[in-house]
Amino acid sequence: MIHLVLHDAKDTVAVAVVEGVTAGQELTGWIMDEDRQIKVKALQDIPIGHKIALKDMAEGETVFKYGADIGRVVAPIKAGEHAHVHNIKTKRW
Amino acid sequence: MISKNTTFAGYRRENGRVGVRNHVIILPVDDLSNAAAEAVAHNIKGALALPHPYGRLQFGADLDLHFRTLIGTGSNPNVAAVVVIGIEEGWTQRVVEGIAKTGKPVVGFGIELHGDHDTIMRASKAAKTFVQAASELRREECPISELWVSTKCGESDTTSGCGSNPTVGNAFDKLYELGSTLVFGETTELTGGEHIVAQRCRTPRVAEQFMAMFDRYQDTVNRHKTDDLSESQPTKGNIAGGLTTIEEKAFGNIQKIGKKCLIDGVLDKAEAPTGAGLWFMDSSSAAAEMVTLVAAAGFAVHLFPTGQGNVIGNPILPVIKISANPRTVRTMSEHIDVDSSGLLQREMVLDQAGDRLLEMMLRTANGRLTAAEALGHREFVLTRLYESA
Repeated sequence: MIHLVLHDAKDTVAVAVVEGVTAGQELTGWIMDEDRQIKVKALQDIPIGHKIALKDMAEGETVFKYGADIGRVVAPIKAGEHAHVHNIKTKRW
Repeated sequence: MISKNTTFAGYRRENGRVGVRNHVIILPVDDLSNAAAEAVAHNIKGALALPHPYGRLQFGADLDLHFRTLIGTGSNPNVAAVVVIGIEEGWTQRVVEGIAKTGKPVVGFGIELHGDHDTIMRASKAAKTFVQAASELRREECPISELWVSTKCGESDTTSGCGSNPTVGNAFDKLYELGSTLVFGETTELTGGEHIVAQRCRTPRVAEQFMAMFDRYQDTVNRHKTDDLSESQPTKGNIAGGLTTIEEKAFGNIQKIGKKCLIDGVLDKAEAPTGAGLWFMDSSSAAAEMVTLVAAAGFAVHLFPTGQGNVIGNPILPVIKISANPRTVRTMSEHIDVDSSGLLQREMVLDQAGDRLLEMMLRTANGRLTAAEALGHREFVLTRLYESA
């Protein structure tokens, strides 16, 4: 079963594509562009559609998804944690 | 799989354009004429009123857009005939004359000096004639390249970028190769990915025109924004669905234009394209506004990917919903025409998802009602550029 999808091997976040991902669960991620799988352990519950961090990220770091810059880290994130508006913000506007 | 031999059964209009619906519409020029328009549609079965809140004391470019949208809506090939009703004769005739250029039956009525009763009676008589004539029109086989296809996504979430938007992109790549006329838009929603879009323009001139439209909209956002447009762009629904930043939303959005097709030109709001290819329309990302604008530009069928479940429809343009979010497909199944959630579990490849969508597009073109049509979604929302005089 695929729990997570990421677009590019360079991505530092992945999307939960199933409901009910819970803290402590070992997850399988699918890198769409390379058709390759990775493993990551969830540290928090991740709602469907929401993102999980794939590596530890410090404040000010750039977040990558689609292999592209989607914003900056505004609060430290650990691999396996929920990555969303509480710790990532746009660089625009 | 579609090829240049693929056909659909459409209504060929007087000007040669092909529609997939056969509406007789009662089109108010202004807010004051909604009551009469709705009364006519109530009297005459098969006539459809398009009420809206505007049309008074607009001026300049905003008024031009108002007329362009109304005339474009009446001119759309999904419309067989039009009854126009306005408070006064002058602007009513302006809309009638614009639509008459297509050669389709159109007539207008001004309410002043007559009142609602007399106007409703005369307009109902005209509408009855139009509805009966339209009911005798027959569909004919038309090549797929004659089907104008628009796209815009809504209530996007992260599954849109992974699943439903790439599905539309795959369909667009296939249609583009066959010489179709295609459009996308949503100017502010390309923020963060605007350079990717500029690179996909066929010529430096088109890229320049696109960037001018993009920069203009950014100026508007920067002038009026409070914080960072959070809860607006991305929307509250986007955020609930897991989208965090405008950049992330933009990269998901851009998946709709596929991997191969190039942007051949740019369009102003509600402006009709002058040839085949992929067009960018400078437009809001609000679903009903954008779909109303592409309907007014003459598009005949719309592909609408959604993540969290946008329920939008349009009175004259069939809106086909695609979702790759398994929760949305389960909880809002009555709104979803094509389920592409299997993509995210590797149960199908993108090519299959694209083909499945194109199959539903052809069935819809041939007459199958979309979920939004069956549910009565007829959002007709005119874009305003600034306040009235």
